[in-house]
Amino acid sequence: MLGRLTIEAIPLYSWVAMGGAAVTVGGGIAVFLLITYLRAWKVLWTDWLTSLDHKKIGIMYVVLALVMLVRGFIDALMMRAQQAIALNNEGYLPPEHFEQIFSSHGTIMIFFVAMPFLTGLINIIVPQQIGARDVAFPFLNSVSLFLTAAGAGLVLISLAIGKFSTAGWTGYPPYSGIDYNPGVGVDYWLWALIVSGVGSTASGINFIVTIVKNRCPGMTYMRMPMFTWTTLCISILIAFAFPALTVVAAQLALDRTLGFHFFTNGDGGNMMLFANLLWIWGHPEVYILILPAFGIFSEVVATFSRKRLFGYKSLVYATACIAILSFTVWLHHFFTMGSSANVNAVFGIATMIIAVPTGVKIFDWMFTMYRGRIEFHPSMVFTIGFMVTFVIGGVTGVLLALPPADYLMHNSTFLVAHFHNMLIPGALFGYFAGLNYWFPKAFGFKLDAKWGIRSFWFWIIGFYLAFMPLYVLGFMGMSRRMEHYADPNWQPYLIVAALGAVCVLLGIVCIAIQLYVSAKNWGSARDLTGDPWNGRTLEWATASPAAPYNFAIVPTVRDIDAFHDMKLGGTAYQPAAAYEDIVMPKSSGLGPVLGALSFALGFAMVWYIWWLAALAFVLALVCVGIRACDDESEFIIPAAEVARIEGAHLGQITSADMHDMRDFQPVGPASGAPLPGRA
Amino acid sequence: MHHSAERSLSTYLTGFALAVVLTAIPFALVWGGLLTGPAVYVVIAVAAVIQVVVHLVFFLHMNFKSTPGENLFFLGFAAVLICIMVGGSLWIMMDLHHRMM
Repeated sequence: MLGRLTIEAIPLYSWVAMGGAAVTVGGGIAVFLLITYLRAWKVLWTDWLTSLDHKKIGIMYVVLALVMLVRGFIDALMMRAQQAIALNNEGYLPPEHFEQIFSSHGTIMIFFVAMPFLTGLINIIVPQQIGARDVAFPFLNSVSLFLTAAGAGLVLISLAIGKFSTAGWTGYPPYSGIDYNPGVGVDYWLWALIVSGVGSTASGINFIVTIVKNRCPGMTYMRMPMFTWTTLCISILIAFAFPALTVVAAQLALDRTLGFHFFTNGDGGNMMLFANLLWIWGHPEVYILILPAFGIFSEVVATFSRKRLFGYKSLVYATACIAILSFTVWLHHFFTMGSSANVNAVFGIATMIIAVPTGVKIFDWMFTMYRGRIEFHPSMVFTIGFMVTFVIGGVTGVLLALPPADYLMHNSTFLVAHFHNMLIPGALFGYFAGLNYWFPKAFGFKLDAKWGIRSFWFWIIGFYLAFMPLYVLGFMGMSRRMEHYADPNWQPYLIVAALGAVCVLLGIVCIAIQLYVSAKNWGSARDLTGDPWNGRTLEWATASPAAPYNFAIVPTVRDIDAFHDMKLGGTAYQPAAAYEDIVMPKSSGLGPVLGALSFALGFAMVWYIWWLAALAFVLALVCVGIRACDDESEFIIPAAEVARIEGAHLGQITSADMHDMRDFQPVGPASGAPLPGRA
Repeated sequence: MHHSAERSLSTYLTGFALAVVLTAIPFALVWGGLLTGPAVYVVIAVAAVIQVVVHLVFFLHMNFKSTPGENLFFLGFAAVLICIMVGGSLWIMMDLHHRMM
């Protein structure tokens, strides 16, 4: 009846595991009680969970990412604490538990923090940046969100029921095969990846179609804002790379569940193919995480330098080059697997070439700042911190791209330091910059700048403290993922790294305080114009928060910095002569239902509860059928209602709220001579 | 209108017939044991690639005259990426294969 699920699945074997389970279950109960106490269930369901509004879906993605960030960071803190004390002793974590923690840390940070964070920001902003009223497939968007949430739910529930994978976030066979890993851990990992991977693929396709088809008149490809360009590139990467992950995870699931032999030791299996297929997804994935952050940095640096983005075209071409090159380097993740020198050399050189377009971008951002009137908004500070820190990571990456050097440093903490040095500034700082930059667009009031700056300093100092020692430890020969060690020379560095993790913890606390303080004082930080930073791109032309339809009149664009151009030309904030009826998608409860069913399907497959798996699968097909037969999935916002909403928005803007554009008026053709008084 | 619908039906049927034949050939080869060794893999791969083209031409109605340039561009891009992924994987795995034998 319940497959292999018995009472022994509850982690009564260790107090740390019990504590983790208690915190997860307690957190769930606390949220449940809070919503009940606020009588918010109805609002939550009708206004949020069932909403097909891309802005609300985006906010829900970001909330999911922030919750999972806390969970993934607790894992990191536990690992740092263990390694700081485990010199010649077992520390406080048994080996098997330590393995679960590093596996879940990687899985969570990649799949359930970075992916939902960037998808959320894209959802909130991209349709507004291209002058669209919605994404191409609003219902698919909702399904993607709840598939991602279902995957996150599977990782979370593995704390309380059963165990998580001990095979690391890459889960290489044969160790992750059924022979060496007969428990449920790897299955939890696999099904979380499969379920959320399908959701990610769907959002990739959704945004390709949205950007190709839904741009407003005048917005040619070479007038799209950089964030939209990076989104287009990563959506294509998602559409081509994620199927590889889904296939390889499905193959390993077949090996484990039905006794296939894709990746087993014997019977014709080849575990090397797993590494190959995983990294065909895995390397593009790195750029899927980083390129949207590059887009955010491009927007932020232009806005807060008060200048047009330097070298827009070179940034576009660099982004496209990185996107294509990202498919040609995957072998550098397994140089040591035993390919011949020729193969390793080709992939090593391709890896080094990627540094070129990335360097172009760094110079473009620096030239944008050159002679700009820089404003040190938190998002700008995160951007500058990124530029300095990311270059260090890039240099160590080029070093690792040399196969002979990689043979020495692979699997050491040098590698761990390198990829954290790419992903924390390159992805996470970008998302935090985006959070600070676009928060008013999503909620209608600004985030507190003081706590934003504080969070930045704790994050960047914490980052350097936590990861620079790991570079050194890598040179001293320390392998990654060590539960305990015998070399006393390592311990001082590991203690510093642990202090760095504590510093990052304070950074996360600062973000929480920032959200709390800003929400408390929201009335004094309201954004009435919809354009709090004197922005340049089209998303600032809508109200904050934007009306359900974003644009009452679909705008026509003449310039790369479309909204800047409108403000200069005096066409911004003008009421239309007449409004028209607007067709919008109706809310649908089938998204959350499909998410719940895929969660049940994954859970049933993990525990071999075949009847539940079959039931969930059939019900999911029924849901898709119901949706396909629904011919009345849209409703009309009448013109009078549109006129009322627009009138209320434009009516509260006074000329005092508007930005002074006199300084930005063109002064004639460029003479090459320096402008007076600005140097 | 009626004429084009008929023509469309005939294209679908031609495509279906071709797809069936291209599926039957590899099955027959393996089932009947008509070929052995690496030749089987080559025939299966070639039949599969031709089948992809059949799907694109007869079911998705792609051609160089009426299909928008944008779509052809994306199709070409997809072809390049698939060549990189499949070709690269074959190269890597063959190379390993020699070293593991």
